[in-house]
Amino acid sequence: MLHIENITKYFGGLTALEDISFFVKEGIIEAIIGPNGAGKTTLLNIISGIYAPDKGSVRFKGLEINNTSPYQIAKAGISRTFQHVELFGNMTVLENIMVGRYLRTKAGLFACGFRLPSASAEERAIKRDSEQILEYIGLSHRRNEKASSLPIGEERKLEIGRAIATEPSLLLLDEPASGLNEVETSDLSFFIKKLRDQKNITIILVEHDMRLVMDISDSIVVLDFGKMLAEGTPQEIQNNKLVIDAYLGEDEEVCL
Amino acid sequence: MSVFLQFLFSGLTTGAVYAMVGLGFNIIYNATSIINLAQGEFVVIGGLMMWYFSEAMKLPFFISAILAVASTGLIGLLMERLTIRPVKKSDLLLMIMITIAVSIVLRGILMFKFGKDPYTYAPFTEGEPIHIYGAFIQQQTLWVIGITLFFIILIFLFFNKTMLGKAMKACAVNPVAARITGINVDKMVMLSFVLSAMMGAVAGIAVTPITLMEYDRGPMLAVKGFCAAIMGGLGRGRGSVIGGFIIGILESMTAGYIHSGAKDAVALVIILVILFFKPAGIFGSKTIADLRRF
Repeated sequence: MLHIENITKYFGGLTALEDISFFVKEGIIEAIIGPNGAGKTTLLNIISGIYAPDKGSVRFKGLEINNTSPYQIAKAGISRTFQHVELFGNMTVLENIMVGRYLRTKAGLFACGFRLPSASAEERAIKRDSEQILEYIGLSHRRNEKASSLPIGEERKLEIGRAIATEPSLLLLDEPASGLNEVETSDLSFFIKKLRDQKNITIILVEHDMRLVMDISDSIVVLDFGKMLAEGTPQEIQNNKLVIDAYLGEDEEVCL
Repeated sequence: MSVFLQFLFSGLTTGAVYAMVGLGFNIIYNATSIINLAQGEFVVIGGLMMWYFSEAMKLPFFISAILAVASTGLIGLLMERLTIRPVKKSDLLLMIMITIAVSIVLRGILMFKFGKDPYTYAPFTEGEPIHIYGAFIQQQTLWVIGITLFFIILIFLFFNKTMLGKAMKACAVNPVAARITGINVDKMVMLSFVLSAMMGAVAGIAVTPITLMEYDRGPMLAVKGFCAAIMGGLGRGRGSVIGGFIIGILESMTAGYIHSGAKDAVALVIILVILFFKPAGIFGSKTIADLRRF
């Protein structure tokens, strides 16, 4: 579904990513792990079109997307969430989801401006769909509250909800468990599996919480200082000498 | 009492125009953080184009009005395409200076095409002024206030009730998230220029029969409208509407009770006082102002 080929990205003199290649199969949960500064978020930014890679290519469903703008990539079916939640803060929870459905709308300025029946009907449909999504992510009771007033756990849920609203076939999650407590994290892992199994969404997950990663991933890519260190199933990764060394060299608390 | 009412009505008329200019500022500011100092020229172009279509070309009223609004919208679009888009990645202050340059160029073109004479055309409806407690209120004044309120409601509905409006608002609130959610932010920026130009044109069309219109009215309108916008707290639609009316009324009271020469100073003094003591605006919140990019 997603081919990453020889991706290299420089920031000034710093090589953030060097010659990264891997392949994500349809219908799986692929985790990208690695110490801080390994280039995980940079890679997500390249896939979602925020950065253009200096070398290499990204192909999604056979189409090259590495020089495409983010909104077109979203239209093609890739959606994402951010490490630091990016919501439309002073809009309501429901509106946040509705904006997510904007790219699936057809009514233009003319139809909206004059409140043509086609535009109103479309908006009612969007509202209905958005309410279903709220139900699905369990935030219906918050529908009319401002997004900025939600606690972090619900903010993350809402961000995922907005991403689902764009009807993606590939969803990129950037540290969805950060800031969550243990109960919320296990909720989240259940929820991510549900997205894969019920909605048939392929997921790329960047995460530091190793328990979550080992629990739900079908396949793992390990990055270290911008380089590919290893790739394999959770089992293989846990027994990989290089990975253990890289992590033991870090002060980070991870239980492999 | 009758004198006071007379000043109040004339203040409401000019206030309505300032409110529309202030709203125009907000539409662009919300989408881009740019303060478009050519906003006043949009009002002038609206009025002069209306004159051109209705008096010079002798077209019917409604067709002239639609053409005047559309042509001003087109100028807004060209402005964004030719002067803002090419320097998109650059410094905000530079962009604001570009809008000043655009305003000067537009004024030059207007002077070239229309000369320095003031223009006017017949009010929307003929008829005697209305008497209220000894004060006269022209029918056109009611048109100006009515149209202003109508468009304010329309803009409010657009941003809150339509998908396109929500998408535009989303761009303003969080451009990064908007892009990733599949919104073409560039298109929205262009749209904000078109919308705000059309907004200005409507104000110009409505007010020209009362105040007349000449090529160099723009900068003063921009200053007053800007004052309305910062009084309301930049980026807040309702605030700028209230601000516009307050400035209009204060101006007309100053002209009436103190001296007509002191009229233009009112807005400037208000700007200074607000910037000194309450930079977030009377209706604005400090946190939101701090969160803004500048």
